Amino acid sequence: MSSVLFVKSGRSPLLRDGWGRLYSRAMDALTIDNLHKSYDGKEVVKGISFSIGQGEIFGLLGPNGAGKSTTINMIVGVAKLGAGQISAFGYDNQRDYRKTRQMLGVVHQEIVIDNFFTIDQAMKLHSGYYGVKDDPAWRAMLIQRLGLEPYLDKVMLKLSGGLKRRFMIAKALIHRPKLLILDEPTAGVDVELRHGLWDFVREINRQGTTILLTTHYLEEAEQMCDRIAIMNHGELIALEETQELVRRLSSRQLRLWLEQPLAELPAGLDFYAPKLEEEGRLLLLNLPAGVRAGDLLAQICGLEIKISDIETEQSGLEEVFIQLTGMQGMSA
Amino acid sequence: MMGSGLDRFYPWLPFWTLLRKEIRRFWRVATQTILTPIVTASLYLFVFGATLGTRLSVIEGFSYAQFVIPGLIIMGVINNSFANTSSSLFMSRYLGGIVELLVTPVTPTQFIMAYTLAAMIRGLLVGTIVWLISTLFAGLPWASPLFAILMAMTASFLFAQFGLIAAIYANNFDTLSMFSNFVILPLIYLGGVFYPVSILPAPWRALSYFNPLFYLIDGFRHAIIGVGDTSYLVAFGVSATLAATLFVWAAWMIGKGYRLRS
Repeated sequence: MSSVLFVKSGRSPLLRDGWGRLYSRAMDALTIDNLHKSYDGKEVVKGISFSIGQGEIFGLLGPNGAGKSTTINMIVGVAKLGAGQISAFGYDNQRDYRKTRQMLGVVHQEIVIDNFFTIDQAMKLHSGYYGVKDDPAWRAMLIQRLGLEPYLDKVMLKLSGGLKRRFMIAKALIHRPKLLILDEPTAGVDVELRHGLWDFVREINRQGTTILLTTHYLEEAEQMCDRIAIMNHGELIALEETQELVRRLSSRQLRLWLEQPLAELPAGLDFYAPKLEEEGRLLLLNLPAGVRAGDLLAQICGLEIKISDIETEQSGLEEVFIQLTGMQGMSA
Repeated sequence: MMGSGLDRFYPWLPFWTLLRKEIRRFWRVATQTILTPIVTASLYLFVFGATLGTRLSVIEGFSYAQFVIPGLIIMGVINNSFANTSSSLFMSRYLGGIVELLVTPVTPTQFIMAYTLAAMIRGLLVGTIVWLISTLFAGLPWASPLFAILMAMTASFLFAQFGLIAAIYANNFDTLSMFSNFVILPLIYLGGVFYPVSILPAPWRALSYFNPLFYLIDGFRHAIIGVGDTSYLVAFGVSATLAATLFVWAAWMIGKGYRLRS
Protein backbone atom coordinates (compact mmCIF):
# COMPACT_ATOMS: atom_id res chain seq x y z
CA MET A 1 0.00 0.00 0.00
CA SER A 2 1.41 3.35 -0.94
CA SER A 3 1.76 5.91 1.80
CA VAL A 4 0.48 8.58 -0.57
CA LEU A 5 -3.01 7.21 -0.08
CA PHE A 6 -3.05 8.65 3.39
CA VAL A 7 -2.75 12.22 2.22
CA LYS A 8 -6.17 13.71 1.83
CA SER A 9 -6.04 16.69 -0.44
CA GLY A 10 -9.62 17.86 -0.12
CA ARG A 11 -10.83 19.61 3.00
CA SER A 12 -14.23 20.69 4.09
CA PRO A 13 -14.73 24.38 3.33
CA LEU A 14 -16.00 25.03 6.84
CA LEU A 15 -14.43 24.37 10.19
CA ARG A 16 -15.53 24.88 13.76
CA ASP A 17 -13.65 27.32 15.92
CA GLY A 18 -13.01 26.92 19.63
CA TRP A 19 -16.55 28.07 20.41
CA GLY A 20 -18.07 25.58 18.04
CA ARG A 21 -18.91 28.27 15.52
CA LEU A 22 -18.45 27.53 11.85
CA TYR A 23 -16.11 29.72 9.91
CA SER A 24 -14.95 29.77 6.35
CA ARG A 25 -11.52 29.13 4.98
CA ALA A 26 -11.76 32.22 2.79
CA MET A 27 -8.29 33.29 3.91
CA ASP A 28 -6.04 30.70 5.43
CA ALA A 29 -3.74 31.57 8.30
CA LEU A 30 -0.94 29.77 6.52
CA THR A 31 -0.50 28.31 3.06
CA ILE A 32 2.52 26.28 2.11
CA ASP A 33 2.93 25.40 -1.50
CA ASN A 34 5.44 22.88 -2.83
CA LEU A 35 8.09 23.69 -0.27
CA HIS A 36 11.59 22.31 -0.76
CA LYS A 37 14.80 22.64 1.17
CA SER A 38 18.21 21.03 0.88
CA TYR A 39 21.26 21.21 3.11
CA ASP A 40 24.61 20.20 1.63
CA GLY A 41 22.95 18.53 -1.32
CA LYS A 42 20.60 16.47 0.85
CA GLU A 43 16.94 17.26 0.41
CA VAL A 44 15.34 17.54 3.85
CA VAL A 45 11.97 18.97 2.78
CA LYS A 46 10.63 17.42 -0.42
CA GLY A 47 7.85 19.49 -1.89
CA ILE A 48 5.28 19.64 0.87
CA SER A 49 2.03 21.58 0.63
CA PHE A 50 -0.67 22.28 3.19
CA SER A 51 -2.86 25.05 4.55
CA ILE A 52 -3.94 25.96 8.03
CA GLY A 53 -7.32 27.62 8.46
CA GLN A 54 -7.79 30.58 10.76
CA GLY A 55 -8.65 29.48 14.27
CA GLU A 56 -7.32 25.95 13.88
CA ILE A 57 -4.97 24.09 16.17
CA PHE A 58 -2.82 22.26 13.68
CA GLY A 59 -0.27 19.61 14.62
CA LEU A 60 2.80 18.91 12.54
CA LEU A 61 4.20 15.58 13.68
CA GLY A 62 6.98 13.32 12.63
CA PRO A 63 10.05 11.53 13.94
CA ASN A 64 13.33 13.35 14.56
CA GLY A 65 14.86 14.54 11.32
CA ALA A 66 11.55 14.45 9.44
CA GLY A 67 11.92 18.10 8.41
CA LYS A 68 9.43 19.70 10.83
CA SER A 69 11.79 22.24 12.32
CA THR A 70 13.24 23.09 8.91
CA THR A 71 9.70 23.72 7.67
CA ILE A 72 8.97 25.94 10.67
CA ASN A 73 12.24 27.78 10.23
CA MET A 74 11.30 28.55 6.64
CA ILE A 75 7.87 29.79 7.71
CA VAL A 76 9.26 32.19 10.30
CA GLY A 77 12.27 33.30 8.24
CA VAL A 78 15.14 31.70 10.12
CA ALA A 79 15.87 29.45 7.14
CA LYS A 80 15.85 30.60 3.54
CA LEU A 81 13.30 29.02 1.21
CA GLY A 82 14.77 26.29 -0.96
CA ALA A 83 11.88 26.44 -3.42
CA GLY A 84 8.14 26.92 -3.17
CA GLN A 85 5.96 29.51 -1.56
CA ILE A 86 4.75 30.36 1.91
CA SER A 87 2.04 32.86 2.68
CA ALA A 88 0.50 33.93 5.95
CA PHE A 89 -2.95 35.57 5.99
CA GLY A 90 -2.61 36.22 2.29
CA TYR A 91 0.86 37.81 2.44
CA ASP A 92 3.93 36.25 0.87
CA ASN A 93 6.57 35.59 3.50
CA GLN A 94 9.41 36.68 1.20
CA ARG A 95 7.96 39.73 -0.52
CA ASP A 96 5.91 40.99 2.42
CA TYR A 97 8.10 39.58 5.16
CA ARG A 98 7.52 42.50 7.50
CA LYS A 99 3.75 41.92 7.34
CA THR A 100 3.94 38.16 7.80
CA ARG A 101 6.42 38.38 10.66
CA GLN A 102 4.16 40.83 12.48
CA MET A 103 1.42 38.24 12.38
CA LEU A 104 3.53 35.27 13.44
CA GLY A 105 4.82 34.44 16.89
CA VAL A 106 7.22 31.57 17.31
CA VAL A 107 8.56 29.53 20.21
CA HIS A 108 11.65 27.68 19.05
CA GLN A 109 12.60 24.23 20.19
CA GLU A 110 15.97 25.38 21.50
CA ILE A 111 15.82 27.61 24.53
CA VAL A 112 17.27 30.92 23.46
CA ILE A 113 17.81 33.62 26.03
CA ASP A 114 19.72 36.84 26.29
CA ASN A 115 21.58 36.83 29.56
CA PHE A 116 21.94 40.58 29.57
CA PHE A 117 18.31 41.25 30.36
CA THR A 118 15.59 40.45 32.85
CA ILE A 119 12.25 38.95 31.80
CA ASP A 120 10.52 42.31 31.92
CA GLN A 121 13.19 44.13 29.92
CA ALA A 122 13.40 41.38 27.32
CA MET A 123 9.62 41.41 26.80
CA LYS A 124 9.58 45.17 26.28
CA LEU A 125 12.43 44.89 23.79
CA HIS A 126 10.70 42.09 21.92
CA SER A 127 7.56 44.17 21.52
CA GLY A 128 9.70 46.93 20.02
CA TYR A 129 11.36 44.59 17.52
CA TYR A 130 7.87 43.86 16.23
CA GLY A 131 7.15 47.58 15.83
CA VAL A 132 4.47 47.48 18.53
CA LYS A 133 4.52 49.93 21.42
CA ASP A 134 4.80 48.38 24.85
CA ASP A 135 1.37 47.64 26.33
CA PRO A 136 1.94 47.30 30.10
CA ALA A 137 -1.48 45.73 30.71
CA TRP A 138 -0.94 43.08 28.04
CA ARG A 139 2.60 42.39 29.24
CA ALA A 140 1.37 42.06 32.82
CA MET A 141 -1.38 39.67 31.70
CA LEU A 142 1.07 37.38 29.89
CA ILE A 143 3.48 37.47 32.82
CA GLN A 144 0.69 36.62 35.22
CA ARG A 145 -0.83 33.86 33.05
CA LEU A 146 2.52 32.16 32.61
CA GLY A 147 3.42 32.46 36.27
CA LEU A 148 6.48 34.62 35.70
CA GLU A 149 5.65 37.32 38.26
CA PRO A 150 8.09 36.20 40.98
CA TYR A 151 11.01 36.18 38.54
CA LEU A 152 10.63 39.53 36.79
CA ASP A 153 13.84 41.07 38.02
CA LYS A 154 15.97 37.98 37.66
CA VAL A 155 18.57 37.77 34.95
CA MET A 156 17.57 34.93 32.68
CA LEU A 157 20.70 32.89 33.17
CA LYS A 158 19.41 32.08 36.64
CA LEU A 159 16.02 30.75 35.58
CA SER A 160 15.18 27.04 35.43
CA GLY A 161 14.49 25.31 32.11
CA GLY A 162 10.71 25.32 32.64
CA LEU A 163 10.70 29.02 33.46
CA LYS A 164 12.77 29.82 30.40
CA ARG A 165 10.24 27.91 28.30
CA ARG A 166 7.34 29.84 29.82
CA PHE A 167 9.19 33.06 29.27
CA MET A 168 9.72 32.18 25.60
CA ILE A 169 5.98 31.60 25.18
CA ALA A 170 5.14 34.92 26.85
CA LYS A 171 7.67 36.65 24.63
CA ALA A 172 6.28 35.04 21.47
CA LEU A 173 2.85 36.48 22.30
CA ILE A 174 3.96 39.99 23.23
CA HIS A 175 3.01 41.47 19.83
CA ARG A 176 -0.33 39.62 19.74
CA PRO A 177 0.40 37.34 16.78
CA LYS A 178 -2.49 35.90 14.82
CA LEU A 179 -0.64 32.63 14.30
CA LEU A 180 1.40 31.15 17.11
CA ILE A 181 3.97 28.53 16.15
CA LEU A 182 5.16 26.20 18.88
CA ASP A 183 8.06 23.92 18.02
CA GLU A 184 8.17 21.21 20.69
CA PRO A 185 7.05 23.63 23.41
CA THR A 186 6.80 20.95 26.07
CA ALA A 187 10.11 19.17 25.44
CA GLY A 188 11.83 18.74 28.78
CA VAL A 189 8.94 20.30 30.69
CA ASP A 190 7.38 18.48 33.64
CA VAL A 191 3.88 17.01 33.45
CA GLU A 192 2.15 19.65 35.56
CA LEU A 193 3.61 22.51 33.59
CA ARG A 194 2.79 20.75 30.34
CA HIS A 195 -0.88 20.63 31.25
CA GLY A 196 -0.79 24.28 32.25
CA LEU A 197 0.80 25.23 28.97
CA TRP A 198 -1.72 23.33 26.89
CA ASP A 199 -4.60 24.89 28.82
CA PHE A 200 -3.12 28.26 28.04
CA VAL A 201 -2.68 27.39 24.36
CA ARG A 202 -6.34 26.29 24.19
CA GLU A 203 -7.39 29.51 25.82
CA ILE A 204 -5.56 31.78 23.39
CA ASN A 205 -6.87 29.65 20.55
CA ARG A 206 -10.43 30.22 21.77
CA GLN A 207 -9.68 33.92 21.72
CA GLY A 208 -8.83 33.71 18.03
CA THR A 209 -5.15 32.82 17.70
CA THR A 210 -4.38 30.09 15.20
CA ILE A 211 -1.90 27.51 16.49
CA LEU A 212 0.68 25.44 14.65
CA LEU A 213 2.51 23.03 16.92
CA THR A 214 4.93 20.20 16.79
CA THR A 215 5.25 17.79 19.69
CA HIS A 216 6.69 14.43 20.52
CA TYR A 217 3.83 13.72 22.90
CA LEU A 218 1.32 12.16 20.55
CA GLU A 219 -1.33 11.89 23.20
CA GLU A 220 -1.22 15.65 23.55
CA ALA A 221 -1.40 16.16 19.82
CA GLU A 222 -4.43 13.87 19.73
CA GLN A 223 -6.15 15.89 22.43
CA MET A 224 -5.14 19.32 21.20
CA CYS A 225 -5.19 19.34 17.43
CA ASP A 226 -8.10 19.83 15.04
CA ARG A 227 -5.99 18.47 12.23
CA ILE A 228 -2.72 16.63 12.05
CA ALA A 229 -0.09 16.41 9.37
CA ILE A 230 2.58 13.75 9.65
CA MET A 231 5.97 14.27 8.07
CA ASN A 232 8.59 11.64 7.47
CA HIS A 233 11.83 11.91 5.51
CA GLY A 234 10.86 15.40 4.34
CA GLU A 235 7.50 14.32 2.92
CA LEU A 236 3.97 14.77 4.10
CA ILE A 237 2.58 11.26 4.60
CA ALA A 238 -0.72 12.09 6.26
CA LEU A 239 -2.93 15.13 6.61
CA GLU A 240 -6.35 14.75 8.13
CA GLU A 241 -8.67 15.78 10.88
CA THR A 242 -7.33 14.17 14.02
CA GLN A 243 -10.37 12.07 14.89
CA GLU A 244 -10.68 10.89 11.33
CA LEU A 245 -7.02 9.91 11.16
CA VAL A 246 -7.18 7.97 14.40
CA ARG A 247 -10.48 6.35 13.55
CA ARG A 248 -9.46 5.30 10.06
CA LEU A 249 -6.03 4.03 10.87
CA SER A 250 -6.13 2.86 14.42
CA SER A 251 -7.08 -0.67 15.34
CA ARG A 252 -8.34 -2.30 18.49
CA GLN A 253 -6.70 -5.24 20.11
CA LEU A 254 -8.76 -8.08 21.47
CA ARG A 255 -7.19 -9.82 24.47
CA LEU A 256 -8.74 -13.23 25.17
CA TRP A 257 -7.87 -15.07 28.39
CA LEU A 258 -8.32 -18.80 27.77
CA GLU A 259 -9.52 -21.53 30.10
CA GLN A 260 -7.07 -24.06 28.60
CA PRO A 261 -3.62 -22.90 27.46
CA LEU A 262 -2.93 -23.39 23.74
CA ALA A 263 0.28 -24.96 22.54
CA GLU A 264 0.11 -23.36 19.10
CA LEU A 265 -1.86 -20.66 17.31
CA PRO A 266 -5.25 -21.76 16.09
CA ALA A 267 -5.63 -22.00 12.32
CA GLY A 268 -7.75 -19.56 10.30
CA LEU A 269 -7.01 -16.43 12.34
CA ASP A 270 -4.03 -15.15 10.34
CA PHE A 271 -5.96 -12.07 9.22
CA TYR A 272 -6.03 -10.86 12.82
CA ALA A 273 -2.26 -11.25 13.39
CA PRO A 274 -2.72 -13.62 16.34
CA LYS A 275 -0.15 -13.90 19.14
CA LEU A 276 0.05 -16.11 22.20
CA GLU A 277 1.30 -14.85 25.52
CA GLU A 278 1.28 -15.86 29.19
CA GLU A 279 2.29 -19.44 28.34
CA GLY A 280 -0.53 -19.86 25.90
CA ARG A 281 -3.27 -18.55 28.19
CA LEU A 282 -3.59 -15.14 26.52
CA LEU A 283 -4.55 -14.87 22.85
CA LEU A 284 -4.00 -11.44 21.26
CA LEU A 285 -5.87 -10.52 18.11
CA ASN A 286 -5.83 -7.26 16.14
CA LEU A 287 -9.22 -5.97 15.18
CA PRO A 288 -8.90 -3.63 12.20
CA ALA A 289 -11.28 -0.70 11.79
CA GLY A 290 -14.47 -1.91 10.12
CA VAL A 291 -14.39 -5.45 11.52
CA ARG A 292 -16.99 -6.28 14.13
CA ALA A 293 -15.78 -7.88 17.35
CA GLY A 294 -18.92 -10.06 17.40
CA ASP A 295 -18.02 -11.68 14.07
CA LEU A 296 -14.55 -12.49 15.32
CA LEU A 297 -15.87 -13.93 18.58
CA ALA A 298 -18.32 -16.12 16.71
CA GLN A 299 -15.47 -17.45 14.60
CA ILE A 300 -13.40 -18.23 17.71
CA CYS A 301 -16.30 -19.99 19.38
CA GLY A 302 -16.53 -22.11 16.25
CA LEU A 303 -12.93 -23.20 16.89
CA GLU A 304 -14.06 -24.53 20.26
CA ILE A 305 -11.73 -22.35 22.25
CA LYS A 306 -13.03 -21.64 25.76
CA ILE A 307 -12.72 -18.03 26.80
CA SER A 308 -12.59 -17.03 30.47
CA ASP A 309 -12.24 -13.26 30.06
CA ILE A 310 -12.19 -10.58 27.32
CA GLU A 311 -10.37 -7.26 27.22
CA THR A 312 -10.13 -4.77 24.36
CA GLU A 313 -7.54 -2.07 23.85
CA GLN A 314 -7.97 0.91 21.56
CA SER A 315 -4.84 2.13 19.83
CA GLY A 316 -4.39 5.86 19.45
CA LEU A 317 -2.36 8.27 17.44
CA GLU A 318 0.80 6.69 18.73
CA GLU A 319 0.09 3.46 16.88
CA VAL A 320 -1.11 5.32 13.78
CA PHE A 321 2.10 7.28 13.86
CA ILE A 322 4.31 4.22 14.13
CA GLN A 323 2.29 2.47 11.48
CA LEU A 324 2.63 5.38 9.05
CA THR A 325 6.23 6.32 9.63
CA GLY A 326 7.25 2.66 9.76
CA MET A 327 5.57 2.07 6.41
CA GLN A 328 7.31 5.01 4.93
CA GLY A 329 10.61 3.63 6.18
CA MET A 330 9.98 0.32 4.47
CA SER A 331 8.87 1.79 1.19
CA ALA A 332 11.86 4.15 1.03
CA MET B 1 -8.06 40.61 22.70
CA MET B 2 -5.74 37.91 21.45
CA GLY B 3 -4.48 37.93 17.93
CA SER B 4 -6.38 41.08 17.12
CA GLY B 5 -3.57 42.17 14.80
CA LEU B 6 -4.98 45.66 15.22
CA ASP B 7 -2.03 47.08 17.10
CA ARG B 8 -0.49 49.94 15.26
CA PHE B 9 2.76 49.09 13.54
CA TYR B 10 5.55 51.64 13.90
CA PRO B 11 7.97 50.85 11.06
CA TRP B 12 11.04 52.45 12.71
CA LEU B 13 10.37 51.19 16.21
CA PRO B 14 12.31 47.95 15.50
CA PHE B 15 15.38 50.06 14.68
CA TRP B 16 15.17 52.24 17.80
CA THR B 17 14.58 49.20 19.95
CA LEU B 18 17.58 47.36 18.53
CA LEU B 19 19.73 50.47 18.93
CA ARG B 20 18.62 50.88 22.53
CA LYS B 21 19.31 47.23 23.21
CA GLU B 22 22.79 47.43 21.66
CA ILE B 23 23.66 50.50 23.74
CA ARG B 24 22.34 48.89 26.90
CA ARG B 25 24.32 45.77 26.14
CA PHE B 26 27.67 47.54 26.34
CA TRP B 27 26.53 49.93 29.04
CA ARG B 28 25.58 47.11 31.40
CA VAL B 29 29.13 45.80 31.26
CA ALA B 30 30.74 49.25 31.17
CA THR B 31 33.67 48.07 33.28
CA GLN B 32 34.70 45.86 30.36
CA THR B 33 33.54 48.00 27.48
CA ILE B 34 34.31 51.55 28.59
CA LEU B 35 36.53 51.49 31.66
CA THR B 36 39.08 48.90 30.47
CA PRO B 37 39.92 50.71 27.21
CA ILE B 38 40.18 53.99 29.11
CA VAL B 39 42.59 52.49 31.64
CA THR B 40 44.69 51.06 28.79
CA ALA B 41 44.78 54.41 27.00
CA SER B 42 45.61 56.20 30.26
CA LEU B 43 48.58 53.90 30.79
CA TYR B 44 49.82 54.70 27.30
CA LEU B 45 49.31 58.40 28.06
CA PHE B 46 51.28 58.07 31.26
CA VAL B 47 54.16 56.19 29.60
CA PHE B 48 54.38 58.36 26.50
CA GLY B 49 53.09 61.60 27.88
CA ALA B 50 54.58 61.93 31.34
CA THR B 51 57.68 59.75 31.28
CA LEU B 52 59.26 58.80 27.94
CA GLY B 53 57.51 61.54 26.06
CA THR B 54 59.47 64.32 27.69
CA ARG B 55 62.68 62.89 26.25
CA LEU B 56 61.34 62.28 22.72
CA SER B 57 60.52 64.63 19.91
CA VAL B 58 59.42 63.36 16.51
CA ILE B 59 57.92 66.48 14.93
CA GLU B 60 59.36 69.91 15.32
CA GLY B 61 57.28 72.25 17.42
CA PHE B 62 55.29 69.51 19.19
CA SER B 63 55.92 67.45 22.26
CA TYR B 64 55.79 63.67 21.83
CA ALA B 65 52.65 63.64 23.99
CA GLN B 66 50.94 66.01 21.56
CA PHE B 67 51.99 63.73 18.71
CA VAL B 68 50.87 60.49 20.30
CA ILE B 69 47.54 61.61 21.84
CA PRO B 70 45.59 61.82 18.55
CA GLY B 71 46.87 58.33 17.70
CA LEU B 72 45.73 56.96 21.06
CA ILE B 73 42.32 58.59 20.68
CA ILE B 74 41.74 57.09 17.23
CA MET B 75 43.07 53.74 18.46
CA GLY B 76 40.42 53.77 21.19
CA VAL B 77 37.74 54.65 18.63
CA ILE B 78 38.83 51.88 16.26
CA ASN B 79 39.23 49.10 18.83
CA ASN B 80 35.94 49.78 20.57
CA SER B 81 33.82 50.23 17.47
CA PHE B 82 35.18 46.94 16.19
CA ALA B 83 34.76 45.19 19.53
CA ASN B 84 31.14 46.27 19.86
CA THR B 85 29.73 44.97 16.60
CA SER B 86 31.98 41.94 16.45
CA SER B 87 31.31 40.67 19.96
CA SER B 88 27.61 41.51 19.97
CA LEU B 89 26.82 39.87 16.64
CA PHE B 90 29.17 36.94 17.19
CA MET B 91 27.74 36.16 20.65
CA SER B 92 24.28 36.42 19.26
CA ARG B 93 25.15 33.92 16.51
CA TYR B 94 27.10 31.71 18.89
CA LEU B 95 24.40 31.51 21.58
CA GLY B 96 21.54 31.43 19.09
CA GLY B 97 19.93 34.70 20.20
CA ILE B 98 20.12 35.94 16.62
CA VAL B 99 17.14 33.70 15.81
CA GLU B 100 14.95 35.84 18.08
CA LEU B 101 15.81 38.83 15.94
CA LEU B 102 15.56 37.09 12.57
CA VAL B 103 11.88 36.26 13.12
CA THR B 104 10.93 39.91 13.72
CA PRO B 105 10.15 42.60 11.13
CA VAL B 106 13.58 44.24 11.63
CA THR B 107 14.86 45.00 8.09
CA PRO B 108 18.49 44.40 7.06
CA THR B 109 18.97 48.19 6.82
CA GLN B 110 17.69 48.70 10.35
CA PHE B 111 19.83 45.81 11.52
CA ILE B 112 23.06 47.30 10.14
CA MET B 113 22.16 50.85 11.19
CA ALA B 114 21.42 49.89 14.79
CA TYR B 115 24.55 47.76 15.21
CA THR B 116 26.71 50.39 13.51
CA LEU B 117 25.32 53.34 15.44
CA ALA B 118 25.72 51.61 18.81
CA ALA B 119 29.31 50.69 17.93
CA MET B 120 30.02 54.27 16.86
CA ILE B 121 28.58 55.60 20.10
CA ARG B 122 30.82 53.30 22.13
CA GLY B 123 33.92 54.03 20.02
CA LEU B 124 33.42 57.79 20.04
CA LEU B 125 32.60 57.79 23.74
CA VAL B 126 35.88 56.02 24.54
CA GLY B 127 37.73 58.40 22.18
CA THR B 128 36.19 61.44 23.88
CA ILE B 129 37.09 60.22 27.37
CA VAL B 130 40.65 59.41 26.28
CA TRP B 131 40.91 62.96 24.92
CA LEU B 132 39.55 64.43 28.18
CA ILE B 133 42.12 62.48 30.22
CA SER B 134 44.87 63.47 27.79
CA THR B 135 44.31 67.14 28.65
CA LEU B 136 46.04 66.35 31.96
CA PHE B 137 49.19 65.55 30.01
CA ALA B 138 49.20 67.97 27.08
CA GLY B 139 46.99 70.51 25.37
CA LEU B 140 46.17 70.09 21.67
CA PRO B 141 45.93 72.86 19.08
CA TRP B 142 42.79 71.42 17.33
CA ALA B 143 43.71 72.79 13.91
CA SER B 144 40.49 71.62 12.16
CA PRO B 145 38.06 70.29 14.78
CA LEU B 146 35.30 69.49 12.28
CA PHE B 147 37.58 67.43 10.09
CA ALA B 148 38.91 65.65 13.19
CA ILE B 149 35.34 64.70 14.14
CA LEU B 150 34.65 63.59 10.56
CA MET B 151 37.74 61.35 10.58
CA ALA B 152 36.84 59.87 13.98
CA MET B 153 33.32 59.13 12.76
CA THR B 154 34.65 57.57 9.56
CA ALA B 155 37.03 55.42 11.61
CA SER B 156 34.28 54.20 13.93
CA PHE B 157 31.89 53.56 11.02
CA LEU B 158 34.56 51.66 9.12
CA PHE B 159 35.46 49.43 12.06
CA ALA B 160 31.85 48.85 12.98
CA GLN B 161 31.42 47.37 9.48
CA PHE B 162 34.62 45.36 9.86
CA GLY B 163 33.29 44.04 13.18
CA LEU B 164 30.05 42.89 11.53
CA ILE B 165 32.02 41.15 8.78
CA ALA B 166 34.35 39.47 11.29
CA ALA B 167 31.38 38.31 13.40
CA ILE B 168 29.71 36.77 10.35
CA TYR B 169 32.83 34.93 9.19
CA ALA B 170 34.09 33.82 12.60
CA ASN B 171 33.20 30.29 13.62
CA ASN B 172 34.67 30.48 17.08
CA PHE B 173 36.23 32.86 19.59
CA ASP B 174 39.73 32.11 18.29
CA THR B 175 38.93 33.29 14.78
CA LEU B 176 37.27 36.37 16.18
CA SER B 177 40.26 37.30 18.33
CA MET B 178 42.52 36.68 15.34
CA PHE B 179 40.83 39.59 13.59
CA SER B 180 41.78 41.97 16.38
CA ASN B 181 45.17 40.49 17.25
CA PHE B 182 46.49 39.71 13.79
CA VAL B 183 44.77 42.30 11.63
CA ILE B 184 43.79 45.39 13.58
CA LEU B 185 46.58 45.51 16.15
CA PRO B 186 49.52 45.27 13.66
CA LEU B 187 47.82 47.69 11.28
CA ILE B 188 47.35 50.23 14.08
CA TYR B 189 50.91 49.88 15.37
CA LEU B 190 52.39 50.05 11.88
CA GLY B 191 49.98 52.79 10.84
CA GLY B 192 51.80 55.53 12.70
CA VAL B 193 50.18 55.80 16.11
CA PHE B 194 53.54 56.01 17.88
CA TYR B 195 55.79 57.44 15.17
CA PRO B 196 55.39 59.53 12.03
CA VAL B 197 55.63 57.33 8.96
CA SER B 198 57.88 60.00 7.39
CA ILE B 199 60.77 59.00 9.68
CA LEU B 200 60.81 55.42 8.36
CA PRO B 201 63.43 54.25 5.81
CA ALA B 202 62.15 54.33 2.21
CA PRO B 203 60.85 50.76 1.68
CA TRP B 204 58.98 50.75 4.99
CA ARG B 205 57.55 54.18 4.37
CA ALA B 206 56.29 53.12 0.95
CA LEU B 207 54.76 50.02 2.50
CA SER B 208 52.96 52.11 5.10
CA TYR B 209 51.02 53.83 2.34
CA PHE B 210 49.30 50.48 1.71
CA ASN B 211 48.09 50.36 5.29
CA PRO B 212 44.58 51.81 5.31
CA LEU B 213 44.91 52.71 8.98
CA PHE B 214 47.74 55.06 8.19
CA TYR B 215 45.23 57.35 6.44
CA LEU B 216 42.79 57.29 9.36
CA ILE B 217 45.49 57.96 11.94
CA ASP B 218 47.36 60.52 9.90
CA GLY B 219 44.22 62.34 8.78
CA PHE B 220 42.93 62.56 12.35
CA ARG B 221 46.27 63.76 13.72
CA HIS B 222 46.65 66.22 10.85
CA ALA B 223 43.27 67.73 11.75
CA ILE B 224 44.30 68.07 15.40
CA ILE B 225 47.90 69.26 15.30
CA GLY B 226 47.84 70.76 11.81
CA VAL B 227 50.74 68.68 10.48
CA GLY B 228 50.45 65.42 8.57
CA ASP B 229 52.05 63.13 6.00
CA THR B 230 49.07 63.31 3.63
CA SER B 231 46.48 65.88 2.67
CA TYR B 232 42.97 65.94 4.19
CA LEU B 233 41.54 64.97 0.83
CA VAL B 234 43.69 61.86 0.44
CA ALA B 235 43.24 60.83 4.08
CA PHE B 236 39.47 61.17 3.94
CA GLY B 237 39.18 59.83 0.39
CA VAL B 238 40.98 56.58 1.17
CA SER B 239 39.21 56.09 4.53
CA ALA B 240 35.76 56.84 3.14
CA THR B 241 36.28 54.56 0.14
CA LEU B 242 37.32 51.71 2.41
CA ALA B 243 34.42 52.40 4.78
CA ALA B 244 31.97 52.37 1.85
CA THR B 245 33.45 49.11 0.54
CA LEU B 246 33.15 47.37 3.88
CA PHE B 247 29.62 48.72 4.30
CA VAL B 248 28.55 47.29 0.93
CA TRP B 249 30.16 43.98 1.88
CA ALA B 250 28.43 43.83 5.29
CA ALA B 251 25.12 45.02 3.85
CA TRP B 252 25.23 42.40 1.12
CA MET B 253 25.82 39.61 3.64
CA ILE B 254 23.18 40.80 6.08
CA GLY B 255 20.69 41.47 3.29
CA LYS B 256 21.19 37.96 1.97
CA GLY B 257 21.18 36.49 5.47
CA TYR B 258 24.60 35.00 4.67
CA ARG B 259 25.60 32.71 7.59
CA LEU B 260 22.72 34.20 9.58
CA ARG B 261 19.75 32.40 8.02
CA SER B 262 20.38 28.73 7.27
